[in-house]
Amino acid sequence: MAEPPKGQAILDQLKQAGIEFVVSLPDKMTAGLVDLIVRDPSFRFVPVCKEDEGVSICSALSFGDKRAVLVTQHTGVLDSVNSLRTVAAEFKHPLVMIVGLLTKEPGVKPTESKRVGIRIIEPLLDLLDISHVIVEKEGDEAQIGNLIEEAYSTPKPVAILIGRAVV
Amino acid sequence: MVRPECLKVLAAHRTNEIVVSIFKPAFEWRVISPSDLNYTFINAMGQIASHGLGLALAFPERRIIVLDGDGSLLMNLGCLVTIAHVAPRNLIHFVCDNGVYETTGGQPTPGSGQISLAGFARAAGYPLVHEFDDLVEFERALPELLTAEGPVFADLKVVQGTEPYPEEWEAVFSKERQRAFKRAALSSL
Repeated sequence: MAEPPKGQAILDQLKQAGIEFVVSLPDKMTAGLVDLIVRDPSFRFVPVCKEDEGVSICSALSFGDKRAVLVTQHTGVLDSVNSLRTVAAEFKHPLVMIVGLLTKEPGVKPTESKRVGIRIIEPLLDLLDISHVIVEKEGDEAQIGNLIEEAYSTPKPVAILIGRAVV
Repeated sequence: MVRPECLKVLAAHRTNEIVVSIFKPAFEWRVISPSDLNYTFINAMGQIASHGLGLALAFPERRIIVLDGDGSLLMNLGCLVTIAHVAPRNLIHFVCDNGVYETTGGQPTPGSGQISLAGFARAAGYPLVHEFDDLVEFERALPELLTAEGPVFADLKVVQGTEPYPEEWEAVFSKERQRAFKRAALSSL
């Protein structure tokens, strides 16, 4: 099996894309990335109590031309649908989410997962017109920079789905 | 305090602050204090203070005034902890607390008259917390509230006014308004 995605490679992509703020609730799949971010003084780390706060914070930051990323578990996306409805479907504000697909089976497409919460994530993002890529193995991280540019140039929300725990 | 009267007092003290509002107070505020620095691009109940925090981080050189509601704050109480933890010095968090869900017909908010929103803010760690039910006292305190090191919290005990304010949804959400806000907010002070 291929190597899992590397936290340092994702962090490098975020830096190259000009991300300044990282808003997050803890997530097992992205813990390896967040550990690196918290120790890196070039990022401002904002812990939140609930994920929809993060959607709003990142959306408001974009008005100041500040680039931000919300790091959350997939359940946080499900919990944030009303905030995403406004930011994504109504206002088309730029928003970058890194979403850990906790409990997704290795090598299985999210839409074919036995877990309901995983299975519905991509269809939900499609309904909200949120572009998404999956990062499941080493090398997949290279897609991230282009997706962030899409978020800010369109503008629109995008999601980077983490299919395997970042190391 | 009658809410529009309270907002008129606040408007008289406003200089170049960004003011964040949603729903009823937003429709009143846009008439009472029209400005490109009015931020109304939310449309998700409970999220106003979180937008305020994002703006406080995006524009550290500006003061950000949030006009929250009690029903809205109760929907997102965790934001008090998040804001107190981040501790933006430029954030002023007012709650227009009328004890009811006004938009849906005046049903009481849970715990109305029994809970203390100021107590929640104090316990969350806001360094400066007030409660006002008298317009004269509110006006007297405003200069300090608007210049103190934040985050500042004030629970404004209000009732709705009788004067009608047009509910122009397109006007508060439009792309043109969003562009105007961004231009104004990014311009130098």
